Parts: sequence; C-alpha cells; structure tokens
Amino acid sequence: MDTINNQDIDLRVRLGTLSLRNPVLTASGTFGYAREFSQLVNLHKLGAVVVKGISLKPRPGNPPPRVVETACGMLNAIGLENVGLQGFLEGKIEFLRGINSRVIVNILGDSVLEYGRLAEKLTGIDGIDALEVNISCPNVKKGGVAFGTDPAMAAEVTRAVKERTDLPVIVKLSPNVTDITVMARAVEEAGADAVSLINTLIGMAIDPASRRPRLANIIGGLSGPAIKPVALRMVWQTARAVSIPVIGIGGIATPDDALEFLIAGATAIQVGTANFYQPRSAESIIDGLTAYLGNQGESSIRSIIGTLQTDGD
Amino acid sequence: MPEFQEKAPLLHREVIAADIFRLTLHAPEIAGAAHPGQFVMLQISEGMDPLLRRPFSIHQISAGGNMQILFKVIGRGTAALAGLLPGNHIDCIGPLGRGFFLEKKEHLCLVGGGMGIAPLYFLARRLLQTGRMVEKDFVLLGARNREELSIFADEFSELGYRVQTATDDGSMGHHGFVTELLDPILPIMERVCTCGPFAMMKICAEKARAADVACQVSLETHMACGLGACLGCAVTGAGGGYLHVCRQGPVFDADEVTWTR
Repeated sequence: MDTINNQDIDLRVRLGTLSLRNPVLTASGTFGYAREFSQLVNLHKLGAVVVKGISLKPRPGNPPPRVVETACGMLNAIGLENVGLQGFLEGKIEFLRGINSRVIVNILGDSVLEYGRLAEKLTGIDGIDALEVNISCPNVKKGGVAFGTDPAMAAEVTRAVKERTDLPVIVKLSPNVTDITVMARAVEEAGADAVSLINTLIGMAIDPASRRPRLANIIGGLSGPAIKPVALRMVWQTARAVSIPVIGIGGIATPDDALEFLIAGATAIQVGTANFYQPRSAESIIDGLTAYLGNQGESSIRSIIGTLQTDGD
Repeated sequence: MPEFQEKAPLLHREVIAADIFRLTLHAPEIAGAAHPGQFVMLQISEGMDPLLRRPFSIHQISAGGNMQILFKVIGRGTAALAGLLPGNHIDCIGPLGRGFFLEKKEHLCLVGGGMGIAPLYFLARRLLQTGRMVEKDFVLLGARNREELSIFADEFSELGYRVQTATDDGSMGHHGFVTELLDPILPIMERVCTCGPFAMMKICAEKARAADVACQVSLETHMACGLGACLGCAVTGAGGGYLHVCRQGPVFDADEVTWTR
C-alpha cells in the first residue's frame, strides 16, 4: 500500500451547501464562543466551531451544583445559560469573524415562533455560516424535551427555521427517544440539511451520605467517553435511514473515535466534553485523520465515510 | 492574560501530614505568568478515570519556573494525584482566573483555613517581593490540628508576618475557629484576604463588613474546564444572578457573593 504525502490529503467535506475544510467541529456548549480557548487552541485549524446555544433572551441557567463527574463521563445541568441573541451579536460575533474556521450558531427556543425569529435574526449576518437547531436539551422543563422527542413537533420547528433562513440548517437530535431514526426522518422531510447526534443522555447521580442528588436539577445530561458506543450505534442507524449528512457526536476524544463515526456513516464529527479536559483534542484529531489516510493509502476522507465492513456485505 | 498548557515534570513530593501533600512541578510558562490567587487545571490521569481535570490554586512560585500545589486527599482525583512520584509528568493548564487584588499600602490580614492556606502563601511571598513591609500584616491560620498547621505557621513567620493560629483540637494556638482571632485585629486592618471552607469565609466576610474592612474571598467549586466554557462553576452572586468562579473569580470581593446556601 502506498503512503501519501500529508499535503496531498484532502479532508474536505460538505454538509448540504456548507463546505468544510475538515470534518472536525467543536460541539455546542463545550467550546463557549471560541474566544475562551484562543490561548490554548489554534482556532484557525478547525472545520467549524459550533457556538454555545443562543436563545432570544439571555438565560441565567440552573442553580449549582451544575456538573458532576461520573465514570468516564460527566453529568451537566447548566440550564442553557447564554448571553441571548443581542449579547451574542454585540459581544461575541466580532471575535468569531476573525477566526479562519466556519461558524455554526446553535439556537434554542421555548416555542416554534422563537426558533423562527432566531433563524431570521441570524440570517444575513457576516460571520455566520450555518445554524444548528437544538431541539434536544433535556434540562429545561418547558419546550426542549417535547420538541426533541415528538417527530411532528421537531418537523414543525425545522420548517419554521427553514422558512426564515437561507443558511444550511442542521438539526441536533436527542438520544432520549425509542427510535432516533424516526426523528431524523421527520426533520429530513421537513427540510433539514443535516442532522447532528447525539445530544446528552439523561442521567442522574446521588450522594449516598446525604441521600441528595449530586445536581441541583436532580437530573442532567451525560456526556463523555462513557456514551460513545451508544452514540456510534445511533449514528450508524441514522446514516442508513436518511440521505442528508449525519454529524456524529458523543464521547469523541481521539482520531480513532472520530474514524469510528466516519466509518459508521458520519460525514463530520463534533468534539464535545473532550474540549474540557484536553482543549487540543480537535486539533489532534485533525492531525490523526491526516496520518490515518496517509497510512491507508487514501487521499480523501470522503472515501472513508460509511465504509463499515460487515459480514452481510 | 496569557494561558499555557505544559506537561510539567513532578520534581518533588512532600508529605505534610497523613493525607496532605505538596507537589513541586516544573512549569516555567505557567509559573512565569502566575498571579497570586490564580489556579491551574491538572490532568490527573492519562486515561479516562478520573476524566476531568482538577483545579488547584497555585501555592508557590519559585525562581527557575517551579510551581507548587498543596492538597488534601478528599476523593478519587486527589488520591490519584497523591500517588504520583517524582519523574511523573502532569499536564497543566494555567494560570487561570482572577487572583487577589494587591494594594501596597493597606494593612492586610490573610485568613486561611485548611487547604485554603495554599494561595495565601503565594500572595504573602509576592507582597514581600513588591517591597512591602509586612511586619504589621497579620496571617491567621486554622486547621484540624498541629500536624496540619505547624509547617505553614513557620513558613509565614519566616517571611516576617505576624502569625496567629487556631486548631479544632487545641493542639496549636487558639482552641476554636480561626475567625475568632479576627475580632481584636479587624479595627486596625484595611483589607482581609481569605481562602478556606465556605462557612469560614462567610464569617470573615460578615465580620469584615461589620467593621467596614474590605474583604476578598477565594471560592472553590466543581468545574469541568476552568476556561469559561462549561459554565459548571456557577455560584449565586449578591445581585441574584450567577457568577462563574473560573473566569470572574476565583477571587471575589466578599460583597459580590451571596453567603446564604
């Protein structure tokens, strides 16, 4: 097998009309508004940054404690704390315009109307390349859960967003459903350009000494390497069920993790919790993908996507 | 402010008491930029358990780019950290957060309880290095017993500070809370800097406020990243909103914080 020089290796992928220089993104809620990592990470190298979810109005978030470590993972109940649309446009977008990576804005709302208004307000703004619609955050009692677990509601939100923007629209799916492919097909039919999955799995932890929950919110979202096999299975199932691109998320921390998702059918991947404990994870995954392709004698990452070999093939 | 990620060799491991350790790491970039009250995030395990980094306030910076941290074993993370030996490397990110605000002229009282003593020693040394005369400054230190306290009392005394101690068991200094030592001193103080258990800092904050003395507190919370991204380190601010310990702190003006929990 011939090896290929790194400069000849092509990591480019497309998500609908959105072209990315490489398939490695940072997941919403794990990378702030990118500036938080500017001293430690080469922000110009990433495929895209997905910023912390934005709502119409700022949200204060949940009372503490908000995070707790679990075996090979963590639970969070941040409660969608964010600066709000105006705060984002006034305080965050300017920095994001200066990074040489794509910027995807994650949006969240309490109603279909809110999602539509956010899409409208974020369209036509320099520096925003796509929207990711968060219908899956489990932490807010109102709205979020119903949108993420009811296919008709998810489709309605997707349509509302698509009608008000010409940006590529990615819908981020919740794993807390019986069959995630039903949700994926519903948003595909409603016009989604891509789906990203999985958001966190709902979990909880208890302190036996006090018999109290370790999170003030009692339940929270599980993330990190602990959830990777579940995420991988859902990505594989979804990639076979829809024809739009699938973005894999869930416990990805190393090049091999990313490759598993790409082989399972993901067109791109997002690095989430790993940003917290190893800020350079995304960068090292990009380097690792290049090295893998060179060793495999492949010149394009696209020739890896969806190439899972099974006995049935 | 500059932040760095360094794989720091562990140079020295001191056992202070049965479950208290002091590690000296060679982390020249972090050490060169650190300000008293700032912290570092240490990756304890190269594997996935424990997964998250742990925050530690910087205990001391020395010439040559060395940095010390001081900790008590309280969970899996600190237990694993205590098991590291000279020659091992620790992946460090720092210096992070907002440290103590230094004002040369004020009469200062540093109040440390337990492992809260850690950042105060860096502060005490830095104050000396700025040319400050510290003979009128007080350092009040509290711990469970003499074993956990005497070394620190000696180290602060050697710097020239007036040191008073309190222990839970009465084995050294005042038998009781370290905050009880504040009462006679506060009238001649202009600023209190404190780090320790929440309840101790709360009393410091209340006494300082009653005496109209400025008070800075260094808070501790769980945090996943230390970088302002996870938003996990929220505490309730006096204004009712949330403060983020990692970026807005860990050092706050006592009046910024809500002291009821």
